[in-house]
Amino acid sequence: MISHFLIWPILLPLLSAIVMMFFWSKPREQRVISVVGHFFTLISAIFVATRTMKGDIYTLFAGNWEAPYGIVFVGDALSGALVALASFSALAVSIFSAGSIGNGRASFGFFPILQFLLMGLNGSFLAGDLFNLYVWFEVIIISSFVLITLGSEKAQLEGAMKYVTMNLLASIIFLTGIAMLYGLLGSLNLADLSRRIAESPDIGLINTAAVLLLVGFGIKSALFPMYFWLPASYHTPPAAVSAIFGGLLTKVGVYAMFRVFSLLFIDDPFIRKTIIILAILSMIAGALGAMVQENIRKIFSYLIISHIGFMFAGLGLFTELAIIGAIFYLFHDIIAKTNAFLISGIIYKIRGSFRLENIGGLYNQFPYVSILFALALFSLVGTPPLSGFWPKLYLLQGAFADLNAWMMFGILLASLLTLLAVVKIWIAAFWKKPQVRKEIQERAVWHTLDQQHKIILLTPIIMLTLASLLLAFYSSEVGSLAALIAQQLSDPRIYIEAVIPTP
Amino acid sequence: MNTIILKTASKYLLPLLLLFSVFILLRGHYLPGGGFVGGLVAAIAFVLHAFANGLPETQRLMRIHPGFLMPVGLAIAFLSGIFPMLFDLPFMTGMWKKDPIPVIGSLGSALFFDIGVYLVVIGSSLTILFTISETK
Repeated sequence: MISHFLIWPILLPLLSAIVMMFFWSKPREQRVISVVGHFFTLISAIFVATRTMKGDIYTLFAGNWEAPYGIVFVGDALSGALVALASFSALAVSIFSAGSIGNGRASFGFFPILQFLLMGLNGSFLAGDLFNLYVWFEVIIISSFVLITLGSEKAQLEGAMKYVTMNLLASIIFLTGIAMLYGLLGSLNLADLSRRIAESPDIGLINTAAVLLLVGFGIKSALFPMYFWLPASYHTPPAAVSAIFGGLLTKVGVYAMFRVFSLLFIDDPFIRKTIIILAILSMIAGALGAMVQENIRKIFSYLIISHIGFMFAGLGLFTELAIIGAIFYLFHDIIAKTNAFLISGIIYKIRGSFRLENIGGLYNQFPYVSILFALALFSLVGTPPLSGFWPKLYLLQGAFADLNAWMMFGILLASLLTLLAVVKIWIAAFWKKPQVRKEIQERAVWHTLDQQHKIILLTPIIMLTLASLLLAFYSSEVGSLAALIAQQLSDPRIYIEAVIPTP
Repeated sequence: MNTIILKTASKYLLPLLLLFSVFILLRGHYLPGGGFVGGLVAAIAFVLHAFANGLPETQRLMRIHPGFLMPVGLAIAFLSGIFPMLFDLPFMTGMWKKDPIPVIGSLGSALFFDIGVYLVVIGSSLTILFTISETK
């Protein structure tokens, strides 16, 4: 049986990008095609997710060259779920950008590039080959370079410089790690590598490659102490772009870590301890950073770092409960962070600024919209019963079962500091009296928009908030999906058997 | 540049170089060559023409904006990739016609992928070079 359906979440964004390029100078049509393209991608992704959720692992050998010689796409429960979530977030961002990205940016190819970004994301979730994973990372970073620089505002270019430099460095380190593994073991297929590593005597060199990959993915997912590029760049592009960056790009690094460290470098005490220490430090460092910022998007950027720590904590512990917690957190965080950045975009449209001192009085003026925002913001914190609560509970249980007091301390402290940061946003942006300043008022365009435009801008936030609520209401189902993923991750034999069946 | 030698030479070199680029494209399946190199050679042919006769002259000769070649090439490559899926084979499987055709050789879906790459390379490199030389 050939699983053709695995390739569609990669091909459909490519197809819509090609169609859009034929409409290069017609931004209006591009907006429609962009939303339609993302919608069909989402359908194909959900199809993949519903199949993989049942516990089977599907493979597709591109070009009909069998593993380990050809390029293989593998869909297990983790990649299926992530493909669906990524396509969902991308659809939300695409609707938002249809309403918020100006014709200037659109005429330089904003919408096709957004599709290429989604293609890269879905590709990296489905790749079953280390070098292919690298190639999808390149697709992602090249598209993100264009998205972050498009518009060429001064602040944007400054942020882009840091972003580009650090990401290229991360790619080089990742590539060096790949080269080392290939030199040692002579294969790049993940399943084949996993088999060969188990038999290899060169533990020292393999650990060196593992640390190289840890640094490469660590830079990409903004792990302590390699996160400085993130708060320096994520607040500069338009809100739609920071939403998809904040929601998905760092998560690809986390996904790659999970894949590589569950399949290849299993159970090395040194690396596990390193990951745990880095995770605890980034939880606390990110949350402390969020406390002192005054720009909403910078606060969210630091919260990304803090919450990346939660996921790495689960990877470091690598017990079943901890992996369930980390995977659940990953699901929740994709939705919550995309939503948070989109909300900051709406606030900018209403008040003309991202700085807390210039915003205020939103609750008095827009009570319903404010309640919507409150749901999204407090699910970010993990107030029960919203979606951030359940994964943290699993993680705490995992840390408790492992008797890891430092990690419990880190999780609780970071949650508390996140709460303080979000409460700070809430008080300053929603309750405080509005500050009217003339030069900022000109950038506040919300009251000039017509009803239809406002609905287009609010729809994605409603979609994402609903999804976040669903994650919370169906937390036991999501938990059992995460348990299935944890089971698949902790036993690499299942993955190997699916890709290279023993004769 | 306004030299009569280059102008006259470019008139003959343009078709020759284009022919050579197609030769490299077709040769590419088993021997060094292929869509990427072929596309670069073809782009060089137009750049040489633009050097000798000025950019407006080359643009008039091309009739279409080179950027248009990018989606066309991508579309051809995309179709050649999904074509095997109609026959229940995985994405990008090479499918070959049984009997070889004179001059071209065996015809397969990989050739169309290469033609797509060829067009994308011409389109993107010419768009970059033309944009650079337009804004002086």
